[in-house]
Amino acid sequence: MFPDDLRYSREHEWVRVDGPTGTIGITSFAANELGDIVFVELPAVGASLKQFAAFGVVESVKAVSDLFAPISGEVTEVNTGLNANPELLNTDPFGAGWILRLSLANADEVDGLLDAAAYRELTAG
Amino acid sequence: MSEAPAAPPLAALRHTPLHDVHVQLGARMVPFAGYAMPVQYTSILDEHRAVRSAIGLFDLSHMGEVQVSGPEALAFMRYSVVSDPGTLEPGQAQYSMLCTEQGGIIDDLIVYRVEDGYLIVCNASNRESVVAHLQELQRRGDFDASLEDRSDRTALLAPQGPRAAELLASLTDLDLTVLANYHSMRGTVAGVDCLVARTGYTGEDGFELFCDARRAVGLWHALTVAGSGLGLRPCGLGSRDTLRLEAGMPLYGNELDLTVNPYEANLGRVVKMEKGEFVGRAALSAVQQTGPRRRLVGLVMRDSAIARHGYPVRVAGDLVGVVTSGTLSPTLDERIAMAYLPAGEASIGGEVQVVVREQPHPAEQVKLPFYRRPKPDAG
Repeated sequence: MFPDDLRYSREHEWVRVDGPTGTIGITSFAANELGDIVFVELPAVGASLKQFAAFGVVESVKAVSDLFAPISGEVTEVNTGLNANPELLNTDPFGAGWILRLSLANADEVDGLLDAAAYRELTAG
Repeated sequence: MSEAPAAPPLAALRHTPLHDVHVQLGARMVPFAGYAMPVQYTSILDEHRAVRSAIGLFDLSHMGEVQVSGPEALAFMRYSVVSDPGTLEPGQAQYSMLCTEQGGIIDDLIVYRVEDGYLIVCNASNRESVVAHLQELQRRGDFDASLEDRSDRTALLAPQGPRAAELLASLTDLDLTVLANYHSMRGTVAGVDCLVARTGYTGEDGFELFCDARRAVGLWHALTVAGSGLGLRPCGLGSRDTLRLEAGMPLYGNELDLTVNPYEANLGRVVKMEKGEFVGRAALSAVQQTGPRRRLVGLVMRDSAIARHGYPVRVAGDLVGVVTSGTLSPTLDERIAMAYLPAGEASIGGEVQVVVREQPHPAEQVKLPFYRRPKPDAG
């Protein structure tokens, strides 16, 4: 249920590292906990994200939650499809529901993140 | 994503008679008014739509039921609440409020005239304060009336939605065509003795079934089996909140509290000055004369931001009010909210700004309710 090629934060975001680029999103566990997601507030292209700092907001029908960057970098692309279809975060959180891409500031930060097995353990309780 | 704020452990909470049913259905249970309650079973949006298009079934057994009986039950009721229960025909019900002498709202509730007196149905979160307040008034006025808190042994199941009458008709001999809105009758539903009331908190046609707590599980199963071909879904408190907000109905703790009087909340029509003395009359009469200082208004956001409880409201840059409730309306696909504004700023069509994460977002004042159910087909 959690893809093996991703790394995970304790705040329930994932990152897929592809050379100097990272793609980030929220996990299926997070999406499920939030319930129906109806709004996503994303940073602009060019914004700087700092690992574990808030960079955006997701709103479900009931609640507002901060998004925290799993890794540092400069935003190169945001998933504008989420503006019209925020529910993609619920229906396909590891695929069409990706949130943004960034050029990594420090690829070593990935080492501080969880692998799929460790994240599975974190969310099993 | 941030962690949810610490909540009391679910184990320390009270259970309704349907708790195990909810858990078995996979409901997400949350603390509410001291009870573990289902906030959703699958999806708040799907549950919301089931109520608008078919039937949603709610467990509201956490709510308070207080029976008032005795020779002076009516006199006591007329003195205690702001409405006039003296106008109720047998079987009729009315929306009402308990207020303090200062005119602040202690709770909003429904008063049912039943065969042995009056049944008050109040918010679960206010049950203790409602009972204590009523006991104090009864002692002070020395009314020959008895008060009985029947909440723990009473279950409340609410099938709500355009097909709820069809569902209920298949399970009862009662003639529901003669049961009007805000009326109740006694009878059996699926063999369970119930007070069957045509009331609700969703803006749809629907029913509230009060029964012995020990019969709640059997009644729930009968309703879900009979409703399975009618589009029935179990519904949690999440959709209950979005449904009532679309219908422009206040929620105690959001729109109503001890600092709010009925005129501010657009509920002045509920207050019956002409009935004579009652608790809060002098203060409320003064508000009626001068007009309320602030008013509850409906807002529709002009952009994609969602207003939420507690967000500031500005007019021309000045902080003037606060949002009481807000959400994305699943039925209208608009971002709706209610807010208190100074009376001078409250006008339909008026522009305000709601401050969402430090940024002002434009909103327009609109007439309440946001949603009104379609009129039933003639014939």
